[in-house]
Amino acid sequence: MSSEINNPFASTEQEHRGKKVELLVKFCTLAMTWLLIIPVLAIIVFLVYKAWPALSIEFLLDNPEKKMTAGGIWGPLIGTFFLVLVSLIIAAPTGILAGVYLNEFARDNWVTRFINLAVVNLAGVPSIVHGLFGLGAFVYFLGMDRCLLAASCTVAVMTLPVIITSTKEALASVPMSFRVACWNMGATKWQTIRTIVLPNSISGILTGVILQVARAAGETAPILFTGAMISSRIADSGWDAMVPYGLDDRFMALSYHLYIISTQWQNVPESFKFGTAAVMIGLVIAVNSLSIGFRIYLRARKKW
Amino acid sequence: MSTIATESSTTQYPPVEISLADELSIQTRGLNLWYGDFQALMDVSVNIKKGIITGLIGPSGCGKTTLLRCFNRINERYGNVRTTGDIEILDKNIYDSDVSVRQLRRSVGMVFQRPNPLPISIFDNVLFGMGLHDAHKSLSRSERADVVEMALREVDLWNTVKDRLKARATTLTLEQQQKLCIARLLPLKPDIILMDEPCSALDAEGIEKVENLIESLRDEYTVVIVTHNMAQARRATDECIFMLLGEIIEHSKTSEMFLNPQHEKTEMYIQGRYG
Repeated sequence: MSSEINNPFASTEQEHRGKKVELLVKFCTLAMTWLLIIPVLAIIVFLVYKAWPALSIEFLLDNPEKKMTAGGIWGPLIGTFFLVLVSLIIAAPTGILAGVYLNEFARDNWVTRFINLAVVNLAGVPSIVHGLFGLGAFVYFLGMDRCLLAASCTVAVMTLPVIITSTKEALASVPMSFRVACWNMGATKWQTIRTIVLPNSISGILTGVILQVARAAGETAPILFTGAMISSRIADSGWDAMVPYGLDDRFMALSYHLYIISTQWQNVPESFKFGTAAVMIGLVIAVNSLSIGFRIYLRARKKW
Repeated sequence: MSTIATESSTTQYPPVEISLADELSIQTRGLNLWYGDFQALMDVSVNIKKGIITGLIGPSGCGKTTLLRCFNRINERYGNVRTTGDIEILDKNIYDSDVSVRQLRRSVGMVFQRPNPLPISIFDNVLFGMGLHDAHKSLSRSERADVVEMALREVDLWNTVKDRLKARATTLTLEQQQKLCIARLLPLKPDIILMDEPCSALDAEGIEKVENLIESLRDEYTVVIVTHNMAQARRATDECIFMLLGEIIEHSKTSEMFLNPQHEKTEMYIQGRYG
């Protein structure tokens, strides 16, 4: 009894209520976190379970046969690879250089603000709109026709804003004092960027680029009208199987292939549909893991 | 040099007595500077002598750092800055069109409040400036090592770091980092070293060591040092310039300024009545 009276730090009634709220908030946030993880796990488990009968090395390396009811997904897989490759060759240098300009050279005036606003808005444009834009701009106006190049350009336009934004953020995270130190020794802006800013921001920049690989590989809408095709005969082996599409060829792609065999084609074994989906998810996870691993590796090397 | 007398006679406040024997390192005449609409420097005319340590003192926001940044035109990198008036460094107007800012900054180095070594090795930090000016390409490996050793010896850092020159500069203590920041200027053979509160991030021991280092730079280099610390201004400088709201109030020998300030505002500031 006496200890209660003498306790100068006894909790008040209000604190008791506060404790309950604290517990409640903790529980709710935890529950939401689990709610987030469950769908991801469920999708992966479900996909792999359904796709299991089809999954094999042959499924990856064989071309679709007999109206896609047999064989594998080599054509679409290599098509997606080239789509991503060409679109990155276009988007990565453009986006990185634009990001460098916007963060390192551009003065804060209305032109710069307008460009930044445009970049942000471009990132919010739905992919189907990009697809229609690509059809109008690259396929018709520039006369590319539907082909790998037109589709890659469309995907590049779609991925550009995020590459620009992540480049800008990565550059902005390099402390200003490094730049000031360089300038005060007589460095030009480019010398500063080349010797100090880029080496210390490359991990962030590349992370942004790699994450766009997953997006470029996954989207169907931008390539729908600009170059993807339902089926094309490509070689089963040799060099022609490795590089089946030229820049001016139409091509198969995983996302479009999945759309076709799921909705447009009859008699495709269910495991093929889920197998294609599982390969796509696997690609995305692999690319994301690569980007995370890469970032950890580069972070560990830089210290200030 | 004949212009000095007429120039100093135009200032509002008692002119600094300059014997014509003293060589001048930095002269400004009617220097005004605006950040956007805000005027940060007002009609600043100042003569800074060669080979001594000059302190810039005054309350926060009085334009000390701004004035310092004028001397190597680094202000221009901070955007939206406009200046009028003349700045002559080593008798050359640095706003002349035939002045290369890169060569100017090579000759007028700066040290900052927060030590800012680059995130590369100690060795590379010292050589970094030379690299910017392609000055180390002609040097052999051993000559480069000599340059690094000489610079680090000059700042009394060589014995501490000679065994770990390849270590990252950012792993050094703050005091060592600040010394390194001074050392990396030296291979560029500067004439003037500007210091913007070089000791304010350091502890007492570090302050003492860096002050001793600054002391040792006298004669060979002209040092201009911004400081908030009155005791430091008194200890470490030969002359002091007191600024207030963008204007030069008083410029005199440090001993005179602290013993017998000419201006009431100077007196009140150095006594610590405002800051």
